[in-house]
Amino acid sequence: MSSDTLTKAAAAAPEDPDEATPLRIVPQRRPGQWTAAAVVLALLGLGLNSVVRNDAFQWGVVGDYFTSASVLRGLWLTLWLTAVVTALGFALGTLLAAFRLSANPVLRAVSWGYVWLFRSMPILVQLLFWFNIGALYPQILGVKTVNLLGPVTVAVLGLTLHEAAYAAEVVRGGILSVDRGQIEAAQALGLSRRRRWWKIVLPQAMRSIVPPAGNMLIGTLKGTSIVSVIAVQDLLYSAQLVYHRTYQVMPLLMVATLWYVIVTSVLGVGQHYVEKHYARGSERGR
Amino acid sequence: MSAPTIPASAMVDIKSVYKSFGSLEVLKGVDLAVRTGEVAVILGPSGSGKSTLLRTINHLEKVDRGRIRVDGSLIGYRRSGDRLRELPEREILKQRTRIGFVFQNFNLFPHLTVLDNIVEAPVSALKRPRKDAVETARGLLDRVGLADKADAYPKQLSGGQQQRVAIARALALEPRLLLFDEPTSALDPELVGEVLDVIKDLAHRGTTMIVVTHEIGFAREVADTVVFMDDGRVVEQGAPGDVLDRPRHERTRTFLSKVL
Repeated sequence: MSSDTLTKAAAAAPEDPDEATPLRIVPQRRPGQWTAAAVVLALLGLGLNSVVRNDAFQWGVVGDYFTSASVLRGLWLTLWLTAVVTALGFALGTLLAAFRLSANPVLRAVSWGYVWLFRSMPILVQLLFWFNIGALYPQILGVKTVNLLGPVTVAVLGLTLHEAAYAAEVVRGGILSVDRGQIEAAQALGLSRRRRWWKIVLPQAMRSIVPPAGNMLIGTLKGTSIVSVIAVQDLLYSAQLVYHRTYQVMPLLMVATLWYVIVTSVLGVGQHYVEKHYARGSERGR
Repeated sequence: MSAPTIPASAMVDIKSVYKSFGSLEVLKGVDLAVRTGEVAVILGPSGSGKSTLLRTINHLEKVDRGRIRVDGSLIGYRRSGDRLRELPEREILKQRTRIGFVFQNFNLFPHLTVLDNIVEAPVSALKRPRKDAVETARGLLDRVGLADKADAYPKQLSGGQQQRVAIARALALEPRLLLFDEPTSALDPELVGEVLDVIKDLAHRGTTMIVVTHEIGFAREVADTVVFMDDGRVVEQGAPGDVLDRPRHERTRTFLSKVL
């Protein structure tokens, strides 16, 4: 059939009913969606109701201890421990990532070995190891190891070494996500190695680094609760000290949980803005 | 036609350059001379080594054998006795600031504004005061017709506009030599013209340039010398009228019959 015949056929039907009035578009009905939503909401309501109405939660006790001095001291320790571990962990991790990506085979091997070792070792094992290091080295540089490595120092040390292994991989992934042409362009323009790193590579790598780093930060916040095993008084351990005395286990666990939820939420908001900052210049950034 | 002799005013002087990637030999003894103020266009099929050759000229690729001089100085090496010792990075970077390089994929810094892309190298590599660099950059943007895009980010521009910014960025260092690596190959057809116009304008101002391209029309119009490369060697070199219309080698003829 030639296109000529087609045109004629179209012209022969001027009273096509489709053309008479503008037609309204009706989307497909989705009854399943409504049913699923209703079921989920009902289950949520039941759950919430049981939490609020169950007196065993002792919400009054939760209120009493929520801002008590010992809980706030624990919260403060959790916060600064998280901040210090994240800062030191990422500083060391960035160095390890740079080693891993360097042309020097010795540095590459050392970095690989570090990540392999510290990712393989459970953080709990590591904390206990550093806590008992005095058994291997009773003295370090003429100072008694027990005096040098108190529980808080051990907590910072163990968590940082653990964090760095993961941070190294996150940073390395971010750097690898930067197009090779960016580095070549910077080289062709005569930018120094330092300048290429700080001004060209790292800011672009941050776009891929921030989301997993945010994840890690929240993980670290909650992960610091493990230091209770070496009697460092973080948020969880402070709550535990109270319920060991009063046997109000559930309300005190709720106190700790609520604080973790609040801090995590604040961090999530912060992450949103950091991501927005590093997305500038990208299609999705504006 | 005799082999090109190297005049005293050679801006680029390449002598028997060899380069391999692993077991793949990409450059198999290339000789090439480009005089000051001359526009050389390198043509050739994909994989003929033309981009690699261009990249050796500012030491983005290291040569395995041979030597390259730009404006009299040996690129990437210094001679000591019968050896060529690789220069420290600082020296190589200094040499690169005198050679502008424009990439096929523009390689603008996406997280910096157009203005900051251009200002970055003069300020950090040449230690120019930022105020002067900004002034120069605005002048260059005006020249490539993008004066109103100074505060835009690269991704907000079309490909042709991005490539013009990349050219302005290369010019900001006031290079003695400009290298173009397939500057229009990544562009939509309707954007090729605006970039070629900027390059033609530079040619008319007497800038020494080496352009790797597939644009035969551009070669015919702008080139002082056309270089045809195949299989890691320069097959022939000469005036565009000679190489494009009366090629002496079968391989050149075959290539031209496919692209024309």
